[in-house]
Amino acid sequence: MTPPAYPHRHLLGIEPLEPSHIQAVLDTADALREVLDRPIKKVPALRGKTVVNLFYEPSTRTRASFEIAEKVLSADSLSIATATSSVLKGETLLDTAKNLEAMNPDMIVLRHSASGAPHFLARHCRSAIVNAGDGAHEHPTQALLDALTIRQKKGRLEGLRVAIVGDLLHSRVARSNVWLLTKMGARVVLCAPPTLVPPGIESLAPVTFHIDDAVEDADAIMMLRLQQERMTGGYFPTVREYHARFGLTEARVKRARRDVLILHPGPMNRGVEIASEVADGPYSVILDQVTNGVAVRMAVLYLLLGGTEGA
Amino acid sequence: MSARVLLKGGRVVDPGRSIDADLDLLLVDGEVAELDARVTARGAELIDAAGLVVCPGFIDLHTHLREPGREDKETIASGTAAAAAGGFTAVCAMPNTEPVNDQAGITRAILDTARREGAVRVWPIGAITRGSKGEELAEYGDLREAGCVAVSDDGRPVASARVMRRALEYAKAFDLTVIDHCEEPTLSHGAPMNEGAVATLLGLRGAPAAGEAMVVDRDVLLAELTGGKVHIAHASAALSVDAVRRGKARGVRVTAEATPHHLLLTDELVRSSEYDTSTKMNPPLRSEADRQALIQGLRDGTIDCIATDHAPHSVDDKKVEYDLAAFGIVGLETAVALCLDRLVTPGLVTLPRLIELLSTRPAAILGLPGGTLAPGAPADVTVLDLARRQKVDPARFLSKGRNTPFGGWTLKGAAVMTIVGGRVAWRQGR
Repeated sequence: MTPPAYPHRHLLGIEPLEPSHIQAVLDTADALREVLDRPIKKVPALRGKTVVNLFYEPSTRTRASFEIAEKVLSADSLSIATATSSVLKGETLLDTAKNLEAMNPDMIVLRHSASGAPHFLARHCRSAIVNAGDGAHEHPTQALLDALTIRQKKGRLEGLRVAIVGDLLHSRVARSNVWLLTKMGARVVLCAPPTLVPPGIESLAPVTFHIDDAVEDADAIMMLRLQQERMTGGYFPTVREYHARFGLTEARVKRARRDVLILHPGPMNRGVEIASEVADGPYSVILDQVTNGVAVRMAVLYLLLGGTEGA
Repeated sequence: MSARVLLKGGRVVDPGRSIDADLDLLLVDGEVAELDARVTARGAELIDAAGLVVCPGFIDLHTHLREPGREDKETIASGTAAAAAGGFTAVCAMPNTEPVNDQAGITRAILDTARREGAVRVWPIGAITRGSKGEELAEYGDLREAGCVAVSDDGRPVASARVMRRALEYAKAFDLTVIDHCEEPTLSHGAPMNEGAVATLLGLRGAPAAGEAMVVDRDVLLAELTGGKVHIAHASAALSVDAVRRGKARGVRVTAEATPHHLLLTDELVRSSEYDTSTKMNPPLRSEADRQALIQGLRDGTIDCIATDHAPHSVDDKKVEYDLAAFGIVGLETAVALCLDRLVTPGLVTLPRLIELLSTRPAAILGLPGGTLAPGAPADVTVLDLARRQKVDPARFLSKGRNTPFGGWTLKGAAVMTIVGGRVAWRQGR
């Protein structure tokens, strides 16, 4: 018997995955993506499975994406959105999860501001846990959908030069992408102002403070969102200077390869980390990312919940 | 009839007097009466110490007993019972209780309870500032008179250099040592772990080692400026060891402690344990280079003593997200066995040096009775069995706290008896 293509019970991060596991998710996503183009976008693969989307942080894209994926696969799902601050006063994360578990869900999809929150649930709960973003740690489904998008356009990941630019310090998207892309053989270069470079990240990929160097000959450029609260956090003098020195402008895109892909996990700050002309320009695959997000989440649900054939 | 206890045939190690020999030890009326190759004493309670190590009682300079205020986490009764079971005959109680021990009345209440319910001696530490808020000095004269043996705002670093300077100056009048939790709060900013590559990978905010060391440097300079005595609590960083070493070389009155967990663990454990909150304490577990520097400091005398920073917490305070979990781990019931197994057995420090680190030096730093088996000294004795193997089982702790990263570790060497004031406070059951 061959071992399962994706042998884990949870998806807590990209770091613990083998390249073959990543491959399996991407291949499954490619296969399931076709369902989204059908007139009737529904298959019975996860009929009778219950998924709880537990979101402790605001999220539009990720939550909608999981919900659509669950519906397309015929899983029963419900979404609970709550502010992290209520955790401090009221019910603990563990109590909330235990209460939900008493209703016998098969999976909990967790978004939380505390790094390691999904690991904590995985330790104390029976359900499969999917990390939909934990603190500044990981956002594995984002990295998978980014990889799916690049692979669709370029036919491969191996050997590609990918620049990841922006707030590396606070970015779970950056961490998951560095793990995934380096595991899959891409050459990653990281770029941020020195105040937003987390210590030791250079052990995973080279770091430059100059965006012109980062995007030089890039096959793909991933821009990271600069969160509102960081803009006034003393990490750099002004938003104006940030855009001028670290933002992706049309002139800078020209330094990359002619067929470069521009990615952004959203939501974008136009005129801050990315110029509107670039976001809406011919190289942008930002909306493809959103579509692929659904496909990748379908694949993750399918692989973790042991979906039956019939897709 | 006087109370007499005779420990026969043990290997007596009293580093303060360079004694390491098979001797009999006679305790009479709460004091050491005689130490000799062969002592006989009519009517004495006889304790066969053959094959065991007999040494001056261990003194923990850094214990959180939580009472008054957080008796759900620990009480003076449970904390001192844990101390006795861990081989400690005295503990210094940090003042961050609720209310903070910043007044003589609170000190006296702690001592009253300790006298009634305590299994070992309790030496209260008063606050540096009122409410440990870092602003106005507490009444050191009253605190000293009521029984405080030092002052500290442990857990809340004294952020103002001016306040620290005044504390070091004023404390001189009452011969009090100022124990500082060294941390630059604007750099650590509540971070749950050490800053570095591991924190980066885990996506947790990090407190840089430099934020500790710069305050150690500051305190050394202020002690030099004022002639006051400063003791650095739980040094965790190589840079801190360096700062203390430089201060000592200049003759500054500075001493320093290190905890077993900082001597034995690194921030890698946060990662390998997948965010286990029993790896969260302040200061945080640092890098391997920091750990090695602490061990070097133990060996060359820069680090004066080992203290536990015993910080019991309830399950609820720890069974939460890493960011939200309380800082601190229990240490009284694991410290001695950990040191024997991981420092003495591999030859990093000798047994007499370990006893110095746990008894002689702590007593000397704060001028406490004990730390020696000289005739006339308090009859506080710790007995060790270097061959005993046991597994750390938090469920069997006498402390109310179960928060330890050492659960399941099998350790060779343990305290098997604790004698306080000539009375057996605890002995290992079969």
